[in-house]
Amino acid sequence: MSNLFTISPSPHFKSKTTTSSLMFGVLIALAPAFLFSLYFFGIGALITTLVSVVSCVLFEYLITKYFLKQKPHVCDGSAILTGVLLAFNLPSNISPFIVIFGALIAIGIAKMCFGGLGCNLFNPALVARVFLLISFPVQMTTWPVPIESRTSYLDAVTGATPMALIKGGQKAGDITTIANLPSFNEMFLGSIGGSLGEVAAIALILGGVYMIIRKIITWHIPVTIIATVFIFGGLCWLINPVSYINPIYHILGGGLLLGAIFMATDYVTSPMSNFGKIIFGVGIGIITIIIRNWGSYPEGMSFAILIMNAFVPIINRKFKPTRFGAKK
Amino acid sequence: MKFQTFQIGGIHPEGCKISSNQPIEIMPIPEMVYIPCAQHIGKPAEVIVQKGDKVKVGQLIAKASGFVSANIHSSVSGTVTAIGPIPDLSGVAKNGITIKVEGDEWLETIDRSDTLLTNVDDIKPEDIIKLVSDAGIVGMGGATFPAHVKFSIPLEKKAEALIINGVECEPYLTADHRVMLEKGEQLLVGVQLIKKAIKTDIAYIGIEANKPDAIELLTDLSRKYQGIVVVPLALKYPQGSEKQLIKSIMNREVPSTKLPIDVGAVVSNAGTAVAVYEAVMKHKPLIERVVTVTGNSVEKPSNFLVRIGTPVKYLIEKVGGLPEDTGKVISGGPMMGKAATNIEFPVAKGTSGVLIMPDEISHRKEPTPCIRCGKCVDACPMGLEPYLLSVYSNKKMWDEAEEHYIYDCIECGCCVFSCPANRPLLDYMRLGKSTVMGIIRSRKK
Repeated sequence: MSNLFTISPSPHFKSKTTTSSLMFGVLIALAPAFLFSLYFFGIGALITTLVSVVSCVLFEYLITKYFLKQKPHVCDGSAILTGVLLAFNLPSNISPFIVIFGALIAIGIAKMCFGGLGCNLFNPALVARVFLLISFPVQMTTWPVPIESRTSYLDAVTGATPMALIKGGQKAGDITTIANLPSFNEMFLGSIGGSLGEVAAIALILGGVYMIIRKIITWHIPVTIIATVFIFGGLCWLINPVSYINPIYHILGGGLLLGAIFMATDYVTSPMSNFGKIIFGVGIGIITIIIRNWGSYPEGMSFAILIMNAFVPIINRKFKPTRFGAKK
Repeated sequence: MKFQTFQIGGIHPEGCKISSNQPIEIMPIPEMVYIPCAQHIGKPAEVIVQKGDKVKVGQLIAKASGFVSANIHSSVSGTVTAIGPIPDLSGVAKNGITIKVEGDEWLETIDRSDTLLTNVDDIKPEDIIKLVSDAGIVGMGGATFPAHVKFSIPLEKKAEALIINGVECEPYLTADHRVMLEKGEQLLVGVQLIKKAIKTDIAYIGIEANKPDAIELLTDLSRKYQGIVVVPLALKYPQGSEKQLIKSIMNREVPSTKLPIDVGAVVSNAGTAVAVYEAVMKHKPLIERVVTVTGNSVEKPSNFLVRIGTPVKYLIEKVGGLPEDTGKVISGGPMMGKAATNIEFPVAKGTSGVLIMPDEISHRKEPTPCIRCGKCVDACPMGLEPYLLSVYSNKKMWDEAEEHYIYDCIECGCCVFSCPANRPLLDYMRLGKSTVMGIIRSRKK
């Protein structure tokens, strides 16, 4: 025993939660959605996810070590998480080169250019997704048909997503006559076309519940997004059911649940106070419905989150936590 | 059972109350005691004995040097061998009185019998405050604010209720728990006395849910007394913080920069109430207190009744010596206690516990970048933004820190406890808080 004691200011006690335990917690929450996507999209889902994760981790390592000349800490799991989320936002039959390019955008531009972990203004995976959507519009909107395309990768049979069908119906003037619109049941279980991680509503909700129970996230952001979409989308539908779809489709279809539960709740790019989180969630819900109902893209979740990301610093300034003993 | 609590923030650290079943043992008197002159908030006491003087147990040896100050009495009988530097936990010697112990001779005025005196009817409020002041009683929860100052309610203010803090929300510490169990009757008489002194009819005793035996016992005993209500409180740190406790029990928020009395509350520690009983009914000054000596590797975690001035190393010997894997010795609990540089430092009026931590959990982990998870914001019981305040302090942005109410920080450590990135938020905030408070004071001049 040494006669010297360690001294430091209080507190001398610490919770066991660390950055990496939180990141791996989110990864565990994403596992059910990943299993569903393996079931629906098979080999394509596996390859796309692997390529995305490996390239994100690699880019993070190389950039930190050789550009920033710092000690790389890829073990914190944040690059892995970005990789998984990026892959979840891509069609499973996409070329691996596009995925690698997306990873470079996510880590290199959206994250490292802003100063690395904790400093980025926009969600890296979403920046990459939107970048790819604009750069490779065809590849990014060619969706493999679930189950059928399980054993094929780049040559998968493709079909339309529910959101694309609805947009098509809106453009034709009447959404009530759309053929092949999947049932709620199919959408809930994920047997629909779409990005590889967004299809199974049940798996995403399961992940969300797990994260809330483990206190990785709070309920504020996902619940307000879903509620806003339900109310705003529902009002549009009640006013004009010929032009606007039932809000349940809005919630179950497209990337809404993946976005609300996993992308919008990203710590770095979401507000700090609970009231701020509610404002953030309401904003995302409204922008999503505006884009989906009146925009030219069938899907508006990524844009909505990125737009609200830009407002986070202002939200943090304006909406402070309730202070104890504040003068009323 | 219904548990009341405060709403904003708070954390749930592991309780680790490993010594809660150990009855209070009387610690043998050491050969030498070192009695510090500054054991309270305010001016240090003025020494009134000289080297070579013979003193008895309970004899006044240092006099309060102002209103916010407290008397200090000899805790042993013997000869004063030195007046000057004595060991301190900080490693920097402090002024104090060294007494060589000879026998155990008490002042005759002190009633050392165990008889419980419950008749408080004939005692006048002024007399209670006078006796409390004479006995040198200070807040024994750790803040060490002189009790007579707290009990002297300014004329324009009114105490509506007395709150007795039996929460002991710090992990590991069990001193107050044992005091409540073993000195329940004395505590309740003490409560009656304080009520009388501050002229209020109602007293609440707040006890956290992890002490069901104390809740039960005091609820039972309090039936015999008028206007004492035991309030079970939910398990949440910092339940025992003054402002949070008032919120939990009376549902009143002490406004920023105000004192509990501004919302009609006076908060006193359970141990203090027992000391008040002893001072007023038994004429015994504050010369000993209950100290928990504990830690995961400690052979026999215990609660001791210790004479003030006893070096902590005697206590550690008594629990089986310093464990092999010791890394840190803390005076107080793990959330707000002070890490000591040595074990020679003496037990003072505010020493509630000595916690010995194994080396493996004694070191801080390397901080990683803030991921803006907001856990510090969620945990802060004052509703502050520690992530922001620490940055402001680090960058010396004092105006911004003040605008974000850094002076409201109670230094409870919830933010650091919950930070996943191991950021030393509170270190920065302490720096910011003291600087900003200095700036505010200089502005008033």
